[in-house]
Order: sequence, then structure tokens, then C-alpha cells
Amino acid sequence: MTGALSAQQAQSLKEFRDFADLRIAPHADSWHRAQRTPPEVVRLLADEGLLGLPVPSRYGGGGCDAVTLGLLAGELGRACSSVRSLLTVHTMVAHAVARWGDRALKETWLPRLASGETIGALAVSEPGAGSDASAVTTRLVRDGDDWIVDGHKKWITYGQSADLFLVVGQSDQGPTALLVERDTPGLRTELIEDLVGIRASMTAHVYLERCRVPGAQLLARPGLGVSHVVGAALDLGRYTVGWGCVGILDACLEASVDYASQREQFGSLIKEHQLVRRMITGMYTDARAARLLALEAGRLRDEGDPGALAATSTAKHFAATAAGRAALDAVQIHGANGCGSDYPVQRYLGDSRVMEVIEGSTQLHQVGLAEYAFQERALRRSIR
Amino acid sequence: MSTDTRARIAQYLSRFFPVQDLKDDDDIFELGFVSSMFAMQLVSFVEHEFAITIENEDLELEHFRSIKALDAFVTRKLSVPAAG
Repeated sequence: MTGALSAQQAQSLKEFRDFADLRIAPHADSWHRAQRTPPEVVRLLADEGLLGLPVPSRYGGGGCDAVTLGLLAGELGRACSSVRSLLTVHTMVAHAVARWGDRALKETWLPRLASGETIGALAVSEPGAGSDASAVTTRLVRDGDDWIVDGHKKWITYGQSADLFLVVGQSDQGPTALLVERDTPGLRTELIEDLVGIRASMTAHVYLERCRVPGAQLLARPGLGVSHVVGAALDLGRYTVGWGCVGILDACLEASVDYASQREQFGSLIKEHQLVRRMITGMYTDARAARLLALEAGRLRDEGDPGALAATSTAKHFAATAAGRAALDAVQIHGANGCGSDYPVQRYLGDSRVMEVIEGSTQLHQVGLAEYAFQERALRRSIR
Repeated sequence: MSTDTRARIAQYLSRFFPVQDLKDDDDIFELGFVSSMFAMQLVSFVEHEFAITIENEDLELEHFRSIKALDAFVTRKLSVPAAG
């Protein structure tokens, strides 16, 4: 399965795996129970250069390729979906700035995002606007050279601890994206607790009341906040979430194989029970298929191929739904032990539920992916 | 203006529109066939197909509105050396 990787990517994978096993996985259940990511964990990721890995090297980042970023997201996702979510939201903001920021904005923010001195979060969702990002009601009004921002953002992953928010609202010219700093007067956050999954992800409400934001913080042009800024950020988010689901699949498989190899019932290890083997076969197959789809999406992204968008959505959709199946089966294999907190599989179950909601719900993908099939068929007909 | 550039643009757009019906100056944003990811697909295609980078300052919808406009935009970008 690692044969498709270059020697450097394979080495990176080994380092990511060791880091996740030693520094993240042993603590993930306690962070899950505490519903917090300790600040020192964020610092650790930053100091290791992991948060800035995909930021262009000219701005102090690692300048890594998409496959390498995916491998990191996969290993973090295997250890802790909350920490993987931090990588996702932070890199979404950095990517949006790198893609559509003007030179001054890039020079101001990318070095800070690359070092982790500044942690970014995407502030799009609102109480009344989720999948339909263009329906956001946060108001952006020009006042001289500044913008005045009023609105309420909800479900903002790492919103409780982030330093910089990519806020999307409505201006007179349509959906518009701005970078808003946490210490802007009028901005406050409130932690949302008792989530079903990614419970350590510091997910928060973000309230913006007459926040004055310099015009230089504008990303792309007014009117392009959803089609281009959110479009670019979500595309990368789908990619790392998809890889995070590959990690959940691996985690479910590892936990289930370990448990089935030591648990005895009816006088034999349950790994000998045919219906247990059937569930493990399903996970094993899905984990490999999801990884291959994610690798293909990464390869196309690295080639700049326009087909990367469809490949990314396909990988995310497959991996998220497969992670859901795997987590259900992992709990089932663990029996009563899977329902309690002594084993991590109940955490995987909650996390997998969230994966089918974020970065394009399963139902949005079920409706949308068909579009790519029609496009590809139409192209073939036109060539003929 | 280049016939080749126009043909490549038209062929890509055939994914989204029945191109035999699409005139060079038809407004593709007003035709209503585009999906939510169309803008990103179009940017990605133009960058990949013509080996150019679309920057923030290039993001004028007028550049992407029709085959004719895209052709003119690509031709102009190809004639200007990329900024360091």
C-alpha cells in the first residue's frame, strides 16, 4: 500500500506514524473526555512544523506536496480526529490566503500561519446556514477603508482557541471573505460542549458585533467569498477530512484485530467467529480502498489536474461513509466493552458521525458526485 | 486570439454545456448549468491547461464569462511574463 509513495513520502509517513503513536494517540481519550485540546499540544504540532507543512516554503512553511499532507492527516486522524481537525481548519485558512490573498496579505499572515504563531479557523457556518454557505447572513458593510462586521458564526472548529478567523458574510456585492483577528473589539467566542464527536476540537460560537476590520484583510474580491475563497478552502478541507477518515478506518481495524485476537467467547478467540471475521474483512477492504482513493486525489492535486476536485470529493465521500461502517462494526466487535470508555472505539463512532456531516454531508455528495459522472460522459461524447 | 485556445476552452466547457449550442460570446454564468464547484473547476482547468497562474487580481468575472473572454484572458496572460 505504500508502494505508490516516493522514498521521501514513505519516510515522512514513518515519522508521522511515530509522532501520532507516541505523542497523540496515548492522550486522545483523555482529551476527548475533557473536551479540550491542551494548548501545549497545539504548540507541539507547531514546533514540529506540522501545522505549516503545506505552506509554501518562501513563506516559512514546509512546502510539502498534497500526498504528504494527506499522509499527515491520515496519521493524525488515526490517533485523534480532534487534532486532525486542527490541521484541517488551520491549513484551510492558510490555503485560502495563499490562493487568493494579495501579496501584502500573504506576507503578513503566511509566515505566522506557517510557524503556528497564529492559528487559523474557518468561520462560515451560522445557526441558519450550514451546507448552503451562500445563505450566510453575517453583514459586511464598508466604512471608509474598513469593513464593519456583524454576525453570529456557529460550529467553528477550534473557534475557542484560534487567533485568526476567515469570516464569510454578505456585502453589497455578495458573499465576501475577510480575515478577522481574535482580539478585534466586538469579537467573542463561546465553547460548544457535549458534541457527539471531535469532542476535543474546541468548537465554538463566534459572535461579531460591530467588528471593525481593515480593508487590507479582504480575501479575493467582494462577491467571490463563497465561489472562490470557500470553494478553495473546502476543497482542501475535504481532502484532509477524507484522509482523516482513512485514519479512523485504520484505527477501527487495528482496535478490532487486537481485541478479536485476545477476547475469548464460547471457548475460542472471537477472531475465529465467522461473523466477526466478516466485519473485519469489510473494514480491511474499505481501509485499503479509501487509502487508494485518497492517494489518487493527492496525486491529481500535485499534478494540478482539474480532475482533482472530483477525485477529492469521491475520496472524502467514500472514506467518510466507510469510516462510519467501520466504527459501527468496531463497537459491535467489542461488545459491551465497545460501549464504554475503556476502549477508544466509542470515540471513533462519535467522530465518524461528524465526518459524514462536515465538509459536504454524505447526502450532498450523493447528490453532487453524479454531476462529475455526467460531465465526464459529456466530454467523451464531445470528443467522439 | 487563437483558434487552438478557443477550441481547448470549448472542449472543456463541453463537460458542462452542450457546446454545439454555445456561441463564443454566450454568457456561461447566465446559462444556469453550472454547479457550485464550477468556479474552482474552471480556474483549475485554465491554470493546468495553459500553464498559467490565476492571481487574486485576475479574479474579474468578466475574464471567465464566455469562451471569447476566456480566450482573450489566456492570450493576455501568456503574453506577459509571470511576476516573480
